[in-house]
Amino acid sequence: MKVSYYPGCSLEGTASDYAASIAAVTPLLGVELEELEDWNCCGATAAHSINHQLSFELPARNLALARKAERDVVVPCALCFNRLKAAEKEQQRREEVLGDGVKVWDLLDFLAQESLLAILKKKVVRPLTGLKAVGYYGCMTSRPPAITDKADWENPMELERLLKVLQAEPLDWSYKTDCCGAGLAMSRPDLIDTLVSRLYDRALAAGAECFVVTCQMCQANLDLAQGRISKKLSKDYYLPVFYFTELMGLALGHPEVERWLARHLVDPRPLLRDKGLM
Amino acid sequence: MEINVNQPLVPSFSLQERLAGEMATPLSSCYQCKKCSAGCPLTFAMDLLPDRVIRLALMGQTEALLGCRTIWVCAACVTCSTRCPNAIDIAGVMDWLKEEALRQGKAIDQPEVAAFHRFFLDSLRAGGRLSEVALMRRFTLFNLWRHPQIGELWENMKLGLGLFRRGRLRLGGPPAIKGRDEIKKIFQRTGVKH
Repeated sequence: MKVSYYPGCSLEGTASDYAASIAAVTPLLGVELEELEDWNCCGATAAHSINHQLSFELPARNLALARKAERDVVVPCALCFNRLKAAEKEQQRREEVLGDGVKVWDLLDFLAQESLLAILKKKVVRPLTGLKAVGYYGCMTSRPPAITDKADWENPMELERLLKVLQAEPLDWSYKTDCCGAGLAMSRPDLIDTLVSRLYDRALAAGAECFVVTCQMCQANLDLAQGRISKKLSKDYYLPVFYFTELMGLALGHPEVERWLARHLVDPRPLLRDKGLM
Repeated sequence: MEINVNQPLVPSFSLQERLAGEMATPLSSCYQCKKCSAGCPLTFAMDLLPDRVIRLALMGQTEALLGCRTIWVCAACVTCSTRCPNAIDIAGVMDWLKEEALRQGKAIDQPEVAAFHRFFLDSLRAGGRLSEVALMRRFTLFNLWRHPQIGELWENMKLGLGLFRRGRLRLGGPPAIKGRDEIKKIFQRTGVKH
């Protein structure tokens, strides 16, 4: 199956671990990702915060590229996904484009399709038995449903379904779509600390040993800030933050998993060794 | 932001009419259930709760809204708009107010947040893709110039080094895309200032 791929800017930089795991895992499921030729930044929070028209035109250029490529486009970054969908909805509202047939997919939704989960199930060589994880979806793949077209935006279950296929132990908790503070990471890190420490505490209360995320902003805020928050609150948090594609790679026995995990600030390898998974 | 209850409030419909026209969001259907504020994760950092922003917008209190903190500490998680039973796009109103405050040259309550957005857009204006490194560098210098805190700078440098060592910083930034002239035109057309 061949689809277009819109990686977004962070996957070329700070989320290179996410990008590498996606590139490694998708071919194992028979999915071929073809990067959209000459894509541009979606404008992210900056554009929609201070220039609405810009926040429409930047992703609209990418939509035009996707339509030219005549394939559905898969997006690993939650915010890019949201901005592309928002531009698509605005085009429909302005009646510039009507039902063009190119679908914008969030990567998790795409990979959690029944047919792909069935392939995944057959290919698991290292079941992630005993790994207690909370799925953390964050905001932008779910909200607002009028943009994302999600059926279950308050309690999405795709991560849990996928983790079960990997034979990990997804735990129930009420914070899976709560905000990590996202784009305030640099301008108001103190706000991130409040929001993220709340997530740590709730994940621990649920019995989790790690987070599984689908968004590189969530990953950055939960992972990069963990040392700082521990110091600030005199706590000793140890909650590795996996991309779901990294855990897929681990369960599929991909040889490069350690290289991706070594790029995290909170090193997940001690946890995995402890669980006999590495 | 304090609202002086002893001063008579002069309502005006101009703001809600503009919002209804430009954003197609029906502010007047708000029945003050406060679901937006109940679900907002950032209320602890706000001077006006989200429901108050809508209330004040209905009453045309533009000055109070353009100068408030709330619009800048909103993380755009869109929980408010999602849960509003009357389909009011509260998060969209926050964005609209930020844009309007900048357009009118108002004093911004959170200049760091506004500067971050501006630097972000500057960084992709030339080549079409964001350079995370250029953004981090420029924002760190901006912050240092505003209130020099050696501890904070040290923490940021340690973080930057940690990312660099792990191969997560692309020092040269992304190469310019072929369609960079289209991007420049988009920026010119939409009137984004440097």
